[in-house]
Amino acid sequence: MAQIIGLPKLSPTMEEGVLVKWNKKEGDKVSPGDLIAEVETDKANMDFNIEDDGVLLKFLVKEGDTVKLGAPVAIIGKAGEDVSALVAQAGSAPKAEAAKPAATPEVAPAAKPDAAPAAKPAAAPAPKPQPAQQKSAAAPPPAAAGGKLLASPLAKSLAIELGVDLRTIQGSGPGGRIVERDVRRATGNGHTDPSTAPAAQAAPAADDAAFDEPKTLVRAPRALANLPALSDHDYEDVPASNMRKRIAQRLTEAKRDVPHFYLQRSIDAAPLLAFRARLNELLGDRGPRVAEPSSASSPLKVSVNDLVVKAVALALRRVPECNASWEGDAIRRYTRVHVGIAVAIEDGLVTPVVRDADAKGIGAIAGEVRDLADRAKKRALKGHEITGSTFTVSNLGMLGIERFTAILNPPEAGILAVGAVLDVPVVQNGQVVAGKRMTVSMSCDHRVIDGALGARWLGVFADLIEKPESLAL
Amino acid sequence: MPVQSYRDALNHAMREEMDRDPNVFIMGEEVGHYNGAYKVTQGLLQRFSERRVIDAPIAEMGFAGVGIGAAMVGLRPIIEFMTFNFSLVAIDQIVNNAAKIYQMSAGQFHVPIVFRGPGGPAVQVGSQHSQALESFYAHVPGLKVVMPSTALDAKGLLKSAIRDDNPVVFIEGETLYNTTWEVPDDGELLIPLGKGDIKREGSHVTLIAWSKMVWVCLEAAKELAKDGIECEVVDPRTLRPLDVDLLASSVQKTGRCVIVEIGWPVAGFGAEVAYQVQRLCMDALDAPIERVTSDDVPMPYAKNLEDEVQPQVRDVVAAVRRVLYLD
Amino acid sequence: MVAPVATSFSSRPTTPESARVEDDTADEPSATTAAELAPLYRQMLAIRRMEEASAKAYSQGKIGGFLHLIIGQEAVCVGAISTLQKDDYVVATYREHGHAYAKGVTSRAILAELYGKKTGCVKGLGGSMHIFDRETNFLGGYGIVGGHVPIAAGAAFAAKYRNDKRVTLCFFGDGASTIGGFAEGLALAALWKLPVVMICENNQYSMGTPLYRSVAVEDVSLRALAHGMARDRFDGDDVVKVKRRIADAVERARTTGEPTLIEVVTYRFRGHSMSDPGLYRTKDELEEWKRRDPLNRARARLVDTGMPEADIAALEDDVKAEIEDAVQFAESSPVADEYKKYVIKDGEG
Repeated sequence: MAQIIGLPKLSPTMEEGVLVKWNKKEGDKVSPGDLIAEVETDKANMDFNIEDDGVLLKFLVKEGDTVKLGAPVAIIGKAGEDVSALVAQAGSAPKAEAAKPAATPEVAPAAKPDAAPAAKPAAAPAPKPQPAQQKSAAAPPPAAAGGKLLASPLAKSLAIELGVDLRTIQGSGPGGRIVERDVRRATGNGHTDPSTAPAAQAAPAADDAAFDEPKTLVRAPRALANLPALSDHDYEDVPASNMRKRIAQRLTEAKRDVPHFYLQRSIDAAPLLAFRARLNELLGDRGPRVAEPSSASSPLKVSVNDLVVKAVALALRRVPECNASWEGDAIRRYTRVHVGIAVAIEDGLVTPVVRDADAKGIGAIAGEVRDLADRAKKRALKGHEITGSTFTVSNLGMLGIERFTAILNPPEAGILAVGAVLDVPVVQNGQVVAGKRMTVSMSCDHRVIDGALGARWLGVFADLIEKPESLAL
Repeated sequence: MPVQSYRDALNHAMREEMDRDPNVFIMGEEVGHYNGAYKVTQGLLQRFSERRVIDAPIAEMGFAGVGIGAAMVGLRPIIEFMTFNFSLVAIDQIVNNAAKIYQMSAGQFHVPIVFRGPGGPAVQVGSQHSQALESFYAHVPGLKVVMPSTALDAKGLLKSAIRDDNPVVFIEGETLYNTTWEVPDDGELLIPLGKGDIKREGSHVTLIAWSKMVWVCLEAAKELAKDGIECEVVDPRTLRPLDVDLLASSVQKTGRCVIVEIGWPVAGFGAEVAYQVQRLCMDALDAPIERVTSDDVPMPYAKNLEDEVQPQVRDVVAAVRRVLYLD
Repeated sequence: MVAPVATSFSSRPTTPESARVEDDTADEPSATTAAELAPLYRQMLAIRRMEEASAKAYSQGKIGGFLHLIIGQEAVCVGAISTLQKDDYVVATYREHGHAYAKGVTSRAILAELYGKKTGCVKGLGGSMHIFDRETNFLGGYGIVGGHVPIAAGAAFAAKYRNDKRVTLCFFGDGASTIGGFAEGLALAALWKLPVVMICENNQYSMGTPLYRSVAVEDVSLRALAHGMARDRFDGDDVVKVKRRIADAVERARTTGEPTLIEVVTYRFRGHSMSDPGLYRTKDELEEWKRRDPLNRARARLVDTGMPEADIAALEDDVKAEIEDAVQFAESSPVADEYKKYVIKDGEG
């Protein structure tokens, strides 16, 4: 018996994903555990392994499509099975009630995925105002109804959040009530609730009269981006990726909700550079190579950042009060030290984690960081590799940044922003001499770390950097 | 993990607690030599003797009161009502005595007692034997009201109820006794009273239900999932105290709420749930909260009519579609 | 206006003679001594004075709600409870100030409770009808007629379960004899042979309805026969006799575990509650009963035992001072202030 396969939950916070690539073809036989596709989630590119036995009879989405969690992506069954009914079911999904009583044949073809670039939001035409069954379809825009605007509480708060003017929207709920889907449609962000997308899909099968409604009531920024001719603005809206949205949300929350304060310190980096040079000399060509074949050509070198990671980990071990997070009614102090490293990738950043960094040797850290960074750029990190850090290091020194402050990565209570090592004049024994200085800025969650405590931690950190041999102890 | 029936889970909960605490005893009609009208107390008489497994005559007011008096002076009775319909002749004891003695005595006496037995309509037993009385009891301050839906919850909640220092009305699902669930073999399996449980996660609509209606909601969720609609099924497990935080956090997430109960609509507990949800989730709601209840009639006997009266999967599906503006 | 139905069914005076227990030997006073009787008289007097002080405070608006006075019936609770040990339990009705006092609750705690004060025995949460005291094993005053009878059976059940030889006394009125709680509590006590003494204080009226218009068989103690239970029935105006007869039943309960149903014939001098105009009885009837006032009778017997009048007067002054102090205490105590604390008990026991 053929069945529909839905998009599985591949990360704890995933609500939708982009099907990046099919790893199988229609007609392929699959067994549980087979990798059938790659999916971009809000966190990373994840493997979509099938849990069923059978033949992939039909793909219901194309590569590049955004699919919400649980939505149909494929049909699996025995070779040669007739899947037309299931295709219809998948295509008409939440509009099934309309199709159910009569099993109207006209509905099915319209909703067939083959016929449906319509299923792809980016290419979807501006959704029509609710047709056919909506008792309120003919109702005037709510703003016109005696100036009283009818909208659900959620629609109102969402409109504020998304910057939508409710007066420009036609409500599709009872009595013309503006509901969530109407607001989302107005922003082209229609795929987060099931009443939106499928309803839009089913629209072609519905009463044509409704198509005559003026389209200007509903705007779809994604569509505008693809059709600049329709635009009378001198800007372009670039659709945000899942990762971009996630970053926007998390950093907004962090900066808004966490009381930040910042500590800066300039550290003598000359001993660190000398130490690093000696280490790399020792390593020579014998350094551990990164497992990834692509980087096998270059032997591993220890970077300043690797030493910083080690120093951060040791400092956290010595000042465990900073290896902690705010839990509302308690401070959670972590017994293990996991250092996150901010890595820039195309269109965003990820923070892979070096677990138990305090217990690892410098060489091991260097190898691990290189591997993680490489795979981060390929979006090949697994979920567990980007979660669970207890403190984060962000280093823009290699980009020439002298000093900067970073936004905390909740729930961590601290993040260290590392600037470049600069040649500067320093005063030594009353003489101005050439020196090397690195400026670091620590952002602290004041609920967990007070100024004196942060200063103590930074002191320990500076001491480790200035006496780098202690990193090897 | 071992799979256990709801009936056995209850039986083991009582057996373990009676092993643990010599002050725990069970009293009720047919609990001993008959092994329980629904066999929930099977084997307990053999294990604990007539001193602790006491067959009572048909006198619910009498033996409910005996339990309360014994509890006041330090015992921990489990009073079984053959069905909760019969608790109505003892309701004076439960409401006027059990629920109030702690207050009337300003804390000098408390009443650690469990009133348990099956509730909710069974199958074709007519109007006097087909009632959901949880709303009656949930109205009363001084009582706790527990409505387990699974064998796991039944065991963990009954053990907690027996250890609780307050009178607990523990209503079992009459049609759930044969249902099974994974239940760890753990003598300290305690589920706190007042903590709800998410029986299925989903993002589009929150279904709130307890006891048998959890199963109906799970069935409806399965059906709706075929249309891409993901229901979150939240089971408060105890109606009093009510885990409003859990209910609210789910509705905050989904923006839509359907409350399903097998009792009557007027002043049913779902109305209180709806009040709490709207109070805490006003700005998250995209549609009015829906309730699915039995029809407002005494239960008829004929099977087709009985089905008609009670909430069915199709009713839940229809309500979900309404809050999603799909119809 | 609809004419009252069936009130003319029967009408007869409820006099001491008509209520007299036929097989009783009431007129043969039990032998006693000043040492035994003086404390009983003192308790009866204190209850009388406390009830009078309550009535006065009620008329001044200092006590609210229902106030059911026991004046005229003091010999029953005092005589009965004097047979108990401290560990024994007492369960009573809403007319229970005297029972609580006899079990050891102080007049201060009782009056402060009636005044709705924080220092009351239940912190102003219960009032006149709901006196409880853990210290003296006074398991409460209950406001639903007959509903407490199964609870008394339950306390007795616990005593039997633990075999701790405690006895429970359960008090109720003749009005309770018609309700299910009494019937079921009695049936279970008899069936399971629970160490409880069920004491029906037959004060002739359930509120305003005389017993002969409430039940077909006026002898409430006969209910015991159907359960194969021991029974007794006697006049309750002699505190020493009450003590002797109840002691027999308490002894039976303590040694054999068996229950007894006892009907004590008595009379309340005041209305059912403070709002009772007493239209259901005549002044003559009331006066006739007052001539048998158990308090006067106890005092007379105390004189007979040879106790000097001066000692009796000193005892009476002492009581007067105690109640005046209790009133002063109640008046000056802080008002009740917490009502949310005692709804649900935290933790497990």
